[in-house]
Amino acid sequence: MVLAADLRLDANWVDYLLVALYFGFVIGIGIIARRSVSSSLDFFLSGRSLPAWVTGLAFISANLGAVEIMGMSANGAQFGIPTVHYFWVGAVPAMLFLGVVMMPFYYGSKVRSVPEFMRKRFGTGAHLVNALSFALAQLLIAGINLFLLAKIVNLLLGWNLYVSLLVAAAIVLSYITLGGLSAAIYNEVLQFFVIVAALVPLTIVGLHRVGGYGGLKDKITAAGDGAAQLNSWPGTNLTGIADPFWSVVGIIFGLGFVLSFGYWTTNFVEVQRAMASSSMSAAQRSPIIGSFPKMFVPFMVIVPGMIAAVLVSEVAKAKASGDPKFDYNNSLLYLINDLLPNGMLGVAIAGLLASFMAGMAANISAFNTVFSYDLWETYVVKGRSDDYYLRIGRVATVAATVIAIGTALFARNYQNIMTYLQTLFGFFNAPLFATFILGMFWKKMTPTAGWTGLVSGTAAAVLVGILSKDALGSLSTGVLPLKSQGAAFAAAGAAFIVDIVVSVAVTMVTRPKPVSELRGLVWSETPRSDFHDANEGTLAWWQNPNKLAAVAGVMVIVLNIIFW
Amino acid sequence: MAENTSETGHKAGLFDIRFVIGALMGLYGVILLITGFFTSQSELDRADGFNVNIVGGIAMIVTSLLFGLWARLRPIVVPEHIEQEDEPA
Repeated sequence: MVLAADLRLDANWVDYLLVALYFGFVIGIGIIARRSVSSSLDFFLSGRSLPAWVTGLAFISANLGAVEIMGMSANGAQFGIPTVHYFWVGAVPAMLFLGVVMMPFYYGSKVRSVPEFMRKRFGTGAHLVNALSFALAQLLIAGINLFLLAKIVNLLLGWNLYVSLLVAAAIVLSYITLGGLSAAIYNEVLQFFVIVAALVPLTIVGLHRVGGYGGLKDKITAAGDGAAQLNSWPGTNLTGIADPFWSVVGIIFGLGFVLSFGYWTTNFVEVQRAMASSSMSAAQRSPIIGSFPKMFVPFMVIVPGMIAAVLVSEVAKAKASGDPKFDYNNSLLYLINDLLPNGMLGVAIAGLLASFMAGMAANISAFNTVFSYDLWETYVVKGRSDDYYLRIGRVATVAATVIAIGTALFARNYQNIMTYLQTLFGFFNAPLFATFILGMFWKKMTPTAGWTGLVSGTAAAVLVGILSKDALGSLSTGVLPLKSQGAAFAAAGAAFIVDIVVSVAVTMVTRPKPVSELRGLVWSETPRSDFHDANEGTLAWWQNPNKLAAVAGVMVIVLNIIFW
Repeated sequence: MAENTSETGHKAGLFDIRFVIGALMGLYGVILLITGFFTSQSELDRADGFNVNIVGGIAMIVTSLLFGLWARLRPIVVPEHIEQEDEPA
């Protein structure tokens, strides 16, 4: 932990004006969006009316929170180029898969949430497991985002931590209760541009200082360990797996397949953005459109981290001495502090605050949908008017914010936020993808197999976590020689395999759902026309999800080759 | 958006998010540009003399104009009648 005085930014009234302007716009969007909320569908899914570029940007923006910006720049500072795997292997392929293969099921079956798909396909057991674990995870992550937000305000501007916490929570609360998902999504789009406006100049100024990318490479090589820091493969420093072959396997199978597909294709925080689109092809296009900016996020997040590692004396010193206590999460803040003059400093602060707030807003808007539709309406109070559930949604938002404040105080105890979150995703998400993909393409899979697969998959992940060296902190026994990201990859992989094996075994001995109930939920039982817009033939090539996805796929392969 | 243009309805006007983004970027750009002329030499030296306020300000003003232009040329049309979907119970 650094001393607050190290990072206190010299913000003047111009910087405060820029930050205040941003918040004025945020609240303004909430107020204007309120005018369009007349039913629960408006509140929870924006009336399914948003254009694809809006939902596409919101799709990645919802993920561009504290973890991404601080965590990935920290990884950039510590590990260098291999961090790109979180984007080019660990995000883009799964986003394209979501758009091309899975979105037709979600959008076409008219479900209002990912757990609702689970309920239609597998019934109550799997639905409860999914809805409860998701709701719980959202509260935790919202708390972490809120804590980081408050910590930044505290570090940069010197506000009291508790005051920062309450003010940030109040702002998020006000715009979501007012405008629901539309307000959250519009703010995410605005946030995206503010973050770009903050990080791109920082990167350019940083590169200018180190003498361009060539200068950066020279300086990293001079600091030692250049080969591992400047080549994306095999990424042994990132995975913590010493053997290059297993490191590559870990990245491709653990991160690229299990963790990333589990996260991007079943996480309702992301999928909800696409569900708010105006048509099937727009819903499919959302994650695909989002994949284009996603490919280039590393250049404004990882590169500044790498620059900080050679330019900022504190970071460079900690890296050279291998100080295990140093908190790399502050690398970006040091760089901002060292390089940006007043004016651009204000934009940078606005961008950081925007990112952290939108992360939390995304968690809360996904939580209130799942809570209202999947838990309250399904199990607690059934069959009331739409107005009633809209009111419940607003109450849930307030309650979630209050709980997030509590979780934020709890999250203070966790130092390595990145690993902690990865662990969480591994436990909840990895078995989900296995169950979804089996359920969508195998009509015989039974409801019992649905929930037993999920439970045993999660249990397998927890077991690997306990056997590893450090995935679960003091709970880990160190029986397996796995640590840090490598342990998370292994836990996710185990969850995936166990889920598949258990699902197949249980299906053999239990009764499947009647085929007549599976239209829209299982590939072989759904007429192809359900998966396409009537007007799809009239769309231009760049509006066709498959062609657009192919372009994105080629681009990400080219990027991978360039930074080999 | 192209898919919506055939439907009858009114234009979304200033609520169009592109105007909102354009307005914020424009304000930021102007403020940064003005600040850039008053940025002290010692601040500029930290970035080897690169005046990021002026360059960034101009870039943001251009972005703002592009958003305004896009929103003017391709307005969002809000349908007057929104199709009622029958929701599953």
